[in-house]
Amino acid sequence: MPAEGSPAGAPGDGTPAAGTPARATLVDRVRTNRRVKTLVASAIPVTWVVVLLLVPYALLLIQSFWRLRNGTLTHELTTENYRRLFGTSLYPATILYSAGVALRVTVFSLLLAFPVAYVLAFKVRKHKTLLYMAVIIPLWVSYVVRAYAWKIILGQQGILNGLLMSMGIIRTPLTVLLYSTAAVVLALTHIYTPFTLMPIYAVLDAIPPALKEASQDLYANRWRTFIHVILPLSLPGVVAGCTFAFVLSMGDFLAPQLLGGNDSALMVSNLVWSLFGVAYNWPLGAAVSVVMLALTLVLLWVAGRVEARGSYGGEARASVTDYAAPV
Amino acid sequence: MPRRSDPLTAGLWISAGAVFAFIYAPLAIVILYSLHDSSIIAWPLKLGTLRWYGVLVHDTSMLAAGWASVKLAVLAVIIALAVGVPGAFVLDRYDFPGKGAFRRLVMLPLILPGIITGVALLSFFSFVGLSLSSGFPLVPGWPVVLGHGAALTSVIMTQVYARLQRFDRALEEASGDLYANEWQTFWRVTLPSIRPAVLGAALLVFTLSLDEIAVTFFLIGRQNTLPLQLWGLLRRGITPEVNAAATVIFAVSLLTIVLWSRMIRDEKGRE
Repeated sequence: MPAEGSPAGAPGDGTPAAGTPARATLVDRVRTNRRVKTLVASAIPVTWVVVLLLVPYALLLIQSFWRLRNGTLTHELTTENYRRLFGTSLYPATILYSAGVALRVTVFSLLLAFPVAYVLAFKVRKHKTLLYMAVIIPLWVSYVVRAYAWKIILGQQGILNGLLMSMGIIRTPLTVLLYSTAAVVLALTHIYTPFTLMPIYAVLDAIPPALKEASQDLYANRWRTFIHVILPLSLPGVVAGCTFAFVLSMGDFLAPQLLGGNDSALMVSNLVWSLFGVAYNWPLGAAVSVVMLALTLVLLWVAGRVEARGSYGGEARASVTDYAAPV
Repeated sequence: MPRRSDPLTAGLWISAGAVFAFIYAPLAIVILYSLHDSSIIAWPLKLGTLRWYGVLVHDTSMLAAGWASVKLAVLAVIIALAVGVPGAFVLDRYDFPGKGAFRRLVMLPLILPGIITGVALLSFFSFVGLSLSSGFPLVPGWPVVLGHGAALTSVIMTQVYARLQRFDRALEEASGDLYANEWQTFWRVTLPSIRPAVLGAALLVFTLSLDEIAVTFFLIGRQNTLPLQLWGLLRRGITPEVNAAATVIFAVSLLTIVLWSRMIRDEKGRE
């Protein structure tokens, strides 16, 4: 660290360079040159992100073109993995099935999240932040715990069966509750509803009350105000929330494994999991991941366009944690 | 102004309440059954024992997993701070080619399903030949530490960046006018202003790392983390010990989140 009193200005810095000595030391030049400064400041973060994110994602893409020969990975390039992926009905059917599960989760999450977001934004007067935090706290509380809760509720000896039997509604425990697609959809809806709620609440809360009042001054009833004012303005948040729910539930592999029984094998991420695990076919697993990644990126891009077109002034937010702070 | 008593508003309140119940009931069940006086989790609930917490504190593999999770979360916070804070300054103050791509890339682990980041990092560490249990028993494994660091850096970067955007640069100029050098300005002016945001983001990373399972699943070596240990128990058979562990995790997460929201609120209040 050079001592105080060293010159603080240089031609490139935009500040007057009154006392710049003729022969600045290297350290001084580094301190004052904007370009060098940028380089030094960005070196660590950029290198980190390139090495531990860009390279791994790129490697996944490259690996999807590698050949597996007699169970060993070779670096020969081949399109075999993709031909196998699209050549049989198994993989496309799996992707469609997962998309179907994700779609149901998205619709249910939206239906559950919207009224809560609406009430929080327009009806709640006291303890608004506290209530908002209460809705999103489960988001940060162990995923495993939330998935597990449904296992003890829906199991054959579970709480729901016990409750129904003690009330005399059923005589023998229902076995269809757990290990089904419905159980997976239910648990994923439970897990992702707060995700869907956050962006919807953010846009609803940002709607100036004057807009609602103006609509009512023009003799629109509450229904018309909702359809013509609130709903269009909430669209960016709805799109963002639905994107979170769809992308994350489509990529989920733990809840399906715990609650889905044989149906869980039909989720695309469980396929990736088994290809990287027991089946030990990393190139094929990478190819399936790349297809998932591509679908996700396309979806995010489309959603981003819709959000940007629909938002008025509010800055588009990119991820879940952007919404997590109390607004 | 619609009155609270009209049917439409009442319907809204009721549906919002029902959704609240849907979100919290399963968690409440898990917590209540940690006090269940039977080793089989079934209806009816028999409240009134702490023995599952006793089982928990004597379960050495669970304790080892908990300790591994805490170490992992602390290391993830350190890495995410070391990279994320400079990253936030870079985003706020410097321009370089590819800055937009850099920003989007950092966000990917939070946006993509965890499994994609997990298999990408697994492929990477396998390619460079870093064993998943390297660093054990000092750390749960370098790959999982680096993986958490990589995936969670964006949390620090975006939260600190958002704070820097609201920071009044005139304060730094004033400091310079008073003959403070850049380091003095940073330590005495800039850092104190952004400190709540930095600490808040660090707490958030800690919580997220503690609960992370999708990426961890692929990168874990010999030593399980707490969520993975629980996961293993669930696959074998369920006893209320899992509920006791889940309740402890719930309490810790709740505590960190409450601390975090307080920090954010204090910071917002001060502006």
